[in-house]
Amino acid sequence: MDMPVPAARVLARKQEIVARLRAVLPSDSVIDDPAETRAYECDALSAWRCAPLAVVLPRTTAEVAAVLRICTEEGVPVVPRGAGTSLAGGAMPTADSVVLGLARMTRVLEVDFENRFIRVEAGRTNLSVTAAIEGEGWFYAPDPSSQLACAIAGNIAMNSGGAHCLKYGVTTNNLLGVTFVTGAGEVVELGGPFCDAPGLDLLGVVCGSEGQLGVVTEAVLRILPKPEGARPVLIGFAANEIAGACVADIIRAGILPVAIEFMDRPCIEATEAFCAAGYPDCEALLIVECEGSPGEIAEQLGLIREIALRHDPVEFREARDAEEARRIWLGRKSAFGAMGQKGDYICLDGTIPVSALPEVLRGIAALGRDFGLEVANVFHAGDGNMHPLILYDANTPGQQERAEALGAEILKLCVAAGGCLTGEHGVGIEKRDLMGVQFTAADLEAQMRVKDVFDPPWLLNPAKVFPLAASAGRRAGGASRGAAPDPEVFGPR
Amino acid sequence: MRVESEAELVEAVRGARAPLRVVGGGTRGEVGAGERLEVAISGVRLYEPGALTLIAGAGTPLSEIEAVVAAEGQRLPFEPPRWGALLGLAGESTIGGVAAANVSGPRRVQAGACRDSLIGLRFVDGAGIAVQAGGRVMKNVTGYDLVKLLAGSRGRLGVLSEVAFKLLPAAPAQATVRAEVPLSEAGRVLAAALASPFDVSGAGWLPGQGAVLRLEGLEGSVGYRAGRLAALLAPWGARIEREGSVAIWRDLAEVRPFHGRAGDIWRFSVKPSEAAAIAARLDGEVVLDWGGGLIWALLPEGTDARAQAAPYTGHATCLRGRAPRAEPEAPAVAALSRALQARFDPRGILDPERAG
Repeated sequence: MDMPVPAARVLARKQEIVARLRAVLPSDSVIDDPAETRAYECDALSAWRCAPLAVVLPRTTAEVAAVLRICTEEGVPVVPRGAGTSLAGGAMPTADSVVLGLARMTRVLEVDFENRFIRVEAGRTNLSVTAAIEGEGWFYAPDPSSQLACAIAGNIAMNSGGAHCLKYGVTTNNLLGVTFVTGAGEVVELGGPFCDAPGLDLLGVVCGSEGQLGVVTEAVLRILPKPEGARPVLIGFAANEIAGACVADIIRAGILPVAIEFMDRPCIEATEAFCAAGYPDCEALLIVECEGSPGEIAEQLGLIREIALRHDPVEFREARDAEEARRIWLGRKSAFGAMGQKGDYICLDGTIPVSALPEVLRGIAALGRDFGLEVANVFHAGDGNMHPLILYDANTPGQQERAEALGAEILKLCVAAGGCLTGEHGVGIEKRDLMGVQFTAADLEAQMRVKDVFDPPWLLNPAKVFPLAASAGRRAGGASRGAAPDPEVFGPR
Repeated sequence: MRVESEAELVEAVRGARAPLRVVGGGTRGEVGAGERLEVAISGVRLYEPGALTLIAGAGTPLSEIEAVVAAEGQRLPFEPPRWGALLGLAGESTIGGVAAANVSGPRRVQAGACRDSLIGLRFVDGAGIAVQAGGRVMKNVTGYDLVKLLAGSRGRLGVLSEVAFKLLPAAPAQATVRAEVPLSEAGRVLAAALASPFDVSGAGWLPGQGAVLRLEGLEGSVGYRAGRLAALLAPWGARIEREGSVAIWRDLAEVRPFHGRAGDIWRFSVKPSEAAAIAARLDGEVVLDWGGGLIWALLPEGTDARAQAAPYTGHATCLRGRAPRAEPEAPAVAALSRALQARFDPRGILDPERAG
């Protein structure tokens, strides 16, 4: 993985920079001991590591702004970090960067059931947002698999999804407003507990900008009343194609389950060996979950059963009680752990049109054979968000490179099928150099112009998202290398 | 000028020497000087019912899109409303106009805004360069979300040439639960309904009707939820309407109580709990949508509605009247927006309001 050469002038000024940070933050909020900064050298894409210059853990928006002002003045890159669970290297530092972690900003600031929102500090974990309101019968809908650990800040940066977004949407569809600090240290409020702020939808472009436009310190999130109940069915099939056709038929029939999850044979076998969920011996299976009252669920599941039976399922298993529901979800929820026990793996998340599922699954299998690596598939089928897991052995020289090369080919296949490189994990460093597969130079230029406006010196998470070659001029000279800056925004402070 | 392809649009923008006034169907009350540029890039490019996705030229009439997807039992989730009759404008809404204005109907409370269903688009920026943003899949975090930035931008950053939408199955059944309460009570009724687990897909208040709550879905489910919701709202005398349901939501989406009436037309997007107090301060008639989060107001000509309604958490839009159309933004936000405009439209030809 190519990363920019760290700026020598920044490395040389480490002591002065750390001293300036210490002057505006409490002493326990600045970490520069190399033994301690090591904890921040990577995120969940742990194959790539680099310890930062320093780490700051501010407790307030004002402290975040103070840090950003100093870093801008010193020309120091800043890597915002939520909980460090990115699978794409979105929070991987560079040696000349300050990691700005939000782990100490976790408070609930306001709960308003009448207006259906919660306002939280952005370091709060996803699941603990729901935990704060579920006693009153409410929940926050986006549910990435890492929800126990991942922070709202990172969810906003990556526009995270989850298993239930077929019905409830992803982060951007549930985000009403943010308190946001620009690279220059200016605090800006975008949106709020009302709909469709006037003017350009800056909130919409900040969400999913991978920490490159500013640092979100607070968020106003839409909350929803919990449904009366939910119940899954498990349907086994003799072939991936049949499972794919069944998904399309369910959607076309006008039923909108909250989740349709897909697992292929390699994944089923791995999870059976891991947790013995009692899944059928078959090529592919679907877990379909419906919500509502018992009567409403029965109505939906009745229709799904009718559709599934037309596809000669190997098995159709309805959960009759909570324990059976738990067992149906057990294998799916253990899938990543099961694969982890088999070896190292890379998890991709290219998204494809649902209609292309069978063709893309065949293509992935063929590529796996070509590269001599095993690929298991477990994914959100309703929205076409694939999760191919490429198994490899990091201790065998050359295997990681081969796995990464296979990953790149699989993502190209997704794009060729009409899809995209990443459905919910983000680009980070992992898919940065593949962006040209999906976008033209003009498309990328349009995106980079947005960063020019929010972060003229290109100091925020600088070596992510865009191919290094495409952003080289901007990173070297700031946005001024592009068009003339607007004096109102870029003028002296 | 009228363009029928993206290539023609590129030529028109590159050749422009003066500000352009970009028009779809001309039904949203857009104003401004500048040369009229009508985007007539029309036709459905791709429709995959099994994948719930549709791609169409930006100038495709909204009615054509709705007919195509209705034939497969599907619909645009956000229920795009028509305002032509409300504003006394004769045109036919286009799908690109809907996206550029980010207009959403009553189902916004359940299915989100237009921008939440917009999964991809193509546009031509102010320098005449064609750009693709997003794609045709409903989960896509590849690069910045320029789709959101362009949605609702009213052509200020670029002219839309193509749009891609996520669709939803059309509900086979619907019912409305109606409670004849005065406006002052409406907020409490709507909030109680939206806090219930009954998946309300519309929540408004109409003069002469009272508070209305819509339930959609499979027949059995609608019947069940309507019964439960009516029971929940029994203290306000709620009743179930079956026959009249469709008409109620058309009336609300199109704001029919204001049709053919003189006066200024305003929209307030606010925190729902503030709606009743704001409405009480306004010297005119109101209709509520989005659980009270949207207040439609018909006010005497020349009313300074923002001053009259204050204080409120949100913003007001003057759709018909002499007042400035949009609420002024906070200085820091306005500066960022202006800098984006300067980057996407360096010659300043896509903002006739500023140019004029």
